[in-house]
Amino acid sequence: MIDIRDVSKSFTLHNQGGAVIRVMEGASLHVAPGECVALTGASGAGKSTLMRVIYGNYLAASGSVLVGGLDVARAEPREILRLRREVLGYVSQFLRVVPRVPTVEVVAEPLLALGVDPEAARARAEALLRRLNIPERLWPLSPTTFSGGEQQRVNIARGFAHAYPALLLDEPTASLDAENRAVVLELIAEAKARGAAIVGIFHDVEARARVCDRVVDVSGFTPGVAA
Amino acid sequence: MSPLLRVAGIEKRYGARIGCADVSFDLYPGEVMGIVGESGSGKSTLLNCLAGHLAPDAGQVIFDTWRMGPVDTVTMSEPERRMLSRTDWAFVHQHARDGLRMSVSAGGNIGERLMAVGDRHYGRIRAAALDWLDRVEIDGARIDDRPSAFSGGMQQRLQIARNLVTGPRLVFMDEPTGGLDVSVQARLLDLLRGLVRRMGLSAIIVTHDLAVVRLLADRLMVMKDGRVVESGLTDQVLDDPQHGYTQLLVSSVLQV
Repeated sequence: MIDIRDVSKSFTLHNQGGAVIRVMEGASLHVAPGECVALTGASGAGKSTLMRVIYGNYLAASGSVLVGGLDVARAEPREILRLRREVLGYVSQFLRVVPRVPTVEVVAEPLLALGVDPEAARARAEALLRRLNIPERLWPLSPTTFSGGEQQRVNIARGFAHAYPALLLDEPTASLDAENRAVVLELIAEAKARGAAIVGIFHDVEARARVCDRVVDVSGFTPGVAA
Repeated sequence: MSPLLRVAGIEKRYGARIGCADVSFDLYPGEVMGIVGESGSGKSTLLNCLAGHLAPDAGQVIFDTWRMGPVDTVTMSEPERRMLSRTDWAFVHQHARDGLRMSVSAGGNIGERLMAVGDRHYGRIRAAALDWLDRVEIDGARIDDRPSAFSGGMQQRLQIARNLVTGPRLVFMDEPTGGLDVSVQARLLDLLRGLVRRMGLSAIIVTHDLAVVRLLADRLMVMKDGRVVESGLTDQVLDDPQHGYTQLLVSSVLQV
């Protein structure tokens, strides 16, 4: 489902003397349907960078990034947008929303974008919010004023609203209490059971052990210090 | 799926000076494209060339019309283009007063567009006006008030209603949130996003506000000195800019 071959990534800082920062080389990763792979490595080793490359948020400098058969490194914007709508979900650590939009709509949006009936989308959004213990009185409010943990859960609800065949999870259990953490782990297990290919960053070692089938240390993709 | 708009080699010169040059892109149905760049980068010139307000010196703007299929709007006759701008296109100006008739009531502003495409039934026009006031969150009781009695944000929403009432397929927007309070901007962005999705609109939005394009645009084009220096998926261009100018633009935004 996710097939990354020999990907490299560098940043060229044109306004700082054209400095080139090489952050990744020779990255390869294969994730089958129903499999969950954890990315590990020290802070700054490139875990988030690799996730962003898979999502098409960062442009790979070379190599191929196949997700559901589409090479994200070379695809047209509209192909990537369609991939993100239908195939590839992403739960980031930060919630980015239009101010003023009610929480329940934020969560239902991925379904509405797919053309799901608004009533059905709303019902699914409400079920997820309830499951993630977001109090019903908050549903009509914008999540912009919520606490960090609440925003995180809204983000997770949104990420799991549609049954994406591939999912990227950036620290999905960070800043959650034990009860909600258990819910998130359940959601991940359910996604795996229905065949989703998942790549995640889990600092929570116990969570990682429970849901991940394999661990890939991205330090192996860090370029050697150039002479 | 074929593109709604195919732009090829658009160029506009003001004497020796380049307004914009060598601009080409395809826009597909339902896509929202942002054009960013500093003042004088040529983004408004480009928008006006695309919308038929300015005649480009070179290039084609091929639009897939309802009735005739793909047509080059640059070489089309003026009456044809004017009709197109009422039926298939909409143009939202930065200053609402440029897009509204200030001496005509709010309802009249919306109804006028319907009458321009041939609707003559007063009851139906008034009902459509009320429906659109509601959609842009203006109290229906204000239908007979003139826009001069409205706040800036309300005027902008009325302009959007007037533009969208005829069900266009492509909307050109020139700094639609410019000059509005931040709180009013958020409301307008939310409204525009909802309308774009529900009506399946394609849009081209010129702005210097990167936050606006991040929230509204699927794709982004960055212009400098009349030329496109970078284009791509909006979040990719903003988070991993490849061109030095885009990097400067992104890193110059003040954080709040």
